[in-house]
Amino acid sequence: MQTVGLKLVTIVAEPVLEERLIEALHRLGARGHTLAEVRGAGSRGMRASDPPGQGVRIEVVVSEAVADRILDHVAQEYFPHYAVIAFVTDVAVVRGEKYV
Amino acid sequence: MTEILVQNLLSPVTLAFVLGVLARLARSEFTLPKDIYAGIAIYLLLALGLHGGVELGRASFDDILAPALATLAIGALTPVSSYLVLRRLGRFGQQDAAGIAAHYGSVSAVTFIAAQQFVNVMGQPSEAFMPSLLTLLESPGIHIALAIGAIASRSTGGLGATPLRSTLHEVLTGRTMVLLVGGLVVGVLIGPKNWGAVELFYDTKGPVFRGMLVIFLLEMGVVAGARLKDLGKVGPFLLGFGIGMPLVHGVLGTWLGTLTGLGVGGATVLGAMAASASYIAAPPAVRLSLPEANPTYSLTASLAITFPFNILAGIPIFFQVAKLTQSV
Repeated sequence: MQTVGLKLVTIVAEPVLEERLIEALHRLGARGHTLAEVRGAGSRGMRASDPPGQGVRIEVVVSEAVADRILDHVAQEYFPHYAVIAFVTDVAVVRGEKYV
Repeated sequence: MTEILVQNLLSPVTLAFVLGVLARLARSEFTLPKDIYAGIAIYLLLALGLHGGVELGRASFDDILAPALATLAIGALTPVSSYLVLRRLGRFGQQDAAGIAAHYGSVSAVTFIAAQQFVNVMGQPSEAFMPSLLTLLESPGIHIALAIGAIASRSTGGLGATPLRSTLHEVLTGRTMVLLVGGLVVGVLIGPKNWGAVELFYDTKGPVFRGMLVIFLLEMGVVAGARLKDLGKVGPFLLGFGIGMPLVHGVLGTWLGTLTGLGVGGATVLGAMAASASYIAAPPAVRLSLPEANPTYSLTASLAITFPFNILAGIPIFFQVAKLTQSV
């Protein structure tokens, strides 16, 4: 099957940021997103969630340019003071035109 | 005094909490499923609102006015006193002090409910309009503390805080406010006549409510127990603050309650409200508005120190204070 190379951006963050992140992702060019509630711990320890310790994982498939914009935005706005990680994976998708 | 403390310790609510803490400390895998925890929280708040609303409909405005003003005064005072103590005595940074002060300026609904149940058992039920006062206390303290933090960070050129409007929205549309305020309105509207149809289920003095509360406190014990390991990280000052500050606020609240005409039960509950620290409404608001404040401090203090203190000892102490001030 014909596939197209795109970028999968994964962001794992404390849940208070959920709405802001999703709004920003769409503003920066994502056409959709997938969200999962997750648990975990990292260098920042405690999460302000109810019950505590929860997190959200948000994933979007986007073009390389949009992926860069998203990472820049997350790094600038949220890395300094929030529990957030973000990374990019190369993915091969079918129906590539859906995502750009 | 010892007798009252023991009686409180041996209540099902307190023992369920202790069991939860012990289960956590023993590294038991037990924890209440998240959705059941959320469901019971919704039930407790809605019941509190509905029952409070029905009673509010029967109360007279004159009876409520003075205690309501006292509640607002507590809401304005506790964040400021907490901030000053943390800054001056505890040497905390502006952001951390403001973040913790927001938690102590607000109120814990579960502590309120526990106090209400305790005074019922002691045969001194609180005034039926108390849940309305709870809604007055939740929000102002958070905003005053956040405003202090925002002003402090502006003067030192810190990060721009989130606009007030969005934190106001966050707090006012939170679960507690919607269910409690919404429940109160519905309670007033349905009136005593329609109340009969749902009273068995929502009666905050009834067996269903008490039973639910016991399960909820069990999970609160697990949650608080999980935080105990952070006690070492926050330092001895915050440990002392987490007990000393609620004692001061609680005694003050109890005295103000007495002064404004509440009975022993009502004054105790008002004291417990003043003494309690929020761990549901305040954390996300603080996280968004004061991102530089370390949540480990505020959450550990409110959840692992002040909440257990109030449940185990604070409430019976305020009850005793209320009795003393009213027997003069």
